[in-house]
Amino acid sequence: MRAASRGSGWLLLTVAALGVLGLASPAGAHGVVGQRFFPATLTIDDPFVADELSLPTVQSVRRKKGAESPPTWETEVEAELSKRLSRDFGISLGGTLVIEDPNSGPTIAGFDNMAVSAKYVFLQDAAHELLLSGGLEAEVGGTGQKRVDADSFSTISPQVFFGKGFGDLPDSARFLKPLALTGAFGLGFPTSEHTTTHSVEDGEISVERELNPRVLGWGFSLQYNLQYLQSYVEDVGLAAPFNRMIPIVEFAMETSVQGVSHTAGTINPGVLWFGRYVQLGLEAVVPINGNALGEARQAQVGVIGQIHFYLDDILPEVFTWTPFSGVLGPTQPR
Amino acid sequence: MDTVLGGARADAAALGVIMLLVALATPGAVLAHAFPDHSDPRVGHTVEVSPSEVRIWFDGAIEPVFSSMKVEDASGKRVDRDDAHVDPSDQRLLEVSVAALAAGAYQVEWSVVARDGHRTEGKFTFRVAPH
Repeated sequence: MRAASRGSGWLLLTVAALGVLGLASPAGAHGVVGQRFFPATLTIDDPFVADELSLPTVQSVRRKKGAESPPTWETEVEAELSKRLSRDFGISLGGTLVIEDPNSGPTIAGFDNMAVSAKYVFLQDAAHELLLSGGLEAEVGGTGQKRVDADSFSTISPQVFFGKGFGDLPDSARFLKPLALTGAFGLGFPTSEHTTTHSVEDGEISVERELNPRVLGWGFSLQYNLQYLQSYVEDVGLAAPFNRMIPIVEFAMETSVQGVSHTAGTINPGVLWFGRYVQLGLEAVVPINGNALGEARQAQVGVIGQIHFYLDDILPEVFTWTPFSGVLGPTQPR
Repeated sequence: MDTVLGGARADAAALGVIMLLVALATPGAVLAHAFPDHSDPRVGHTVEVSPSEVRIWFDGAIEPVFSSMKVEDASGKRVDRDDAHVDPSDQRLLEVSVAALAAGAYQVEWSVVARDGHRTEGKFTFRVAPH
């Protein structure tokens, strides 16, 4: 999903202004809604706003041999900083270092385009453990390096997000109450509809014009929160660290909705663990129908891991300061 | 570059191992935002004898002024003595006394504020079923 969403500046400022003017319903830090804790997911965007830092998120997959290229390990090292500007509005800035390590030949490393985003939480329902939010993400063209195929154009993606815990199920289905579903949908609009490439072969100039399709990024995460099970449903006797673990499956997909329609993505089963200041995540990356759109070669099963810091817990006076709303601080009692 | 970055897959594997070790080694004292660690009666369990108190131990110190708890029977009637308090000798323990409970299901509803100011809340049930 993050890879599918891109863009540019003034639209973000507009959204930021709307957020600061504020429509407002209180949202807790880290996606706490009622007694539901929504963790930060690794591959799809979260439905909440927070003061957090993902550093790093590392994904490594091995791509199969292509017609003109050897098998290659592709590793992405990403950092993302998220900052609330009000209790319901936040912005994020992310960058990714791409490392391509072929079986033969030199390793290529370079930065992909920077991603900036803004998000507003417009509904929070504690009784039904429901979060709804919308946002805009932009991958800023030209900020990355061509040697890792960073796009020269920007892509802007309006997005919607949701999070739903199932704690409102009847007691007859109590062991399903720890389940939660989150989702994210974003339609990416490239600022340039085509990419034109000029080359000279045998003294003749050839021109290639390639469509930059609009891409629908969509994804889900299905989570089973063992802390929720222990604290609210039934104490089954889990000890640390298992009582803070969340088995999870993420589905991160992309569908091109212009030109030849194609869907690809990954299914990522794994586990998250959350503490007071930090969250850790480790998932397998299982490619479905190719690992990416375009001409990317089929990937084999890979791995993704993340260290995620809750900045508002580490230094609330510093990291929850905002220019318009003062120090947001941690969530206060009603 | 080839030498330095050529072990990307090894780096990823090492990161995974480090993350797992950190998770397993992190002590309970730094866990979570004042979530319940355990309770008496236990969450979702059945006791044979009516407890005199309902007690919840959290995984961090909680603020006495902003922490509360009540117990209701199946009809929604409060059965606690409205004396919920944080144990002065154990800042992680929230307790409330209850009248003698008849057989049936009871719901405990709590709300606490951790020392760092984060509020958490929740509810759970237990049953009393004398032989």
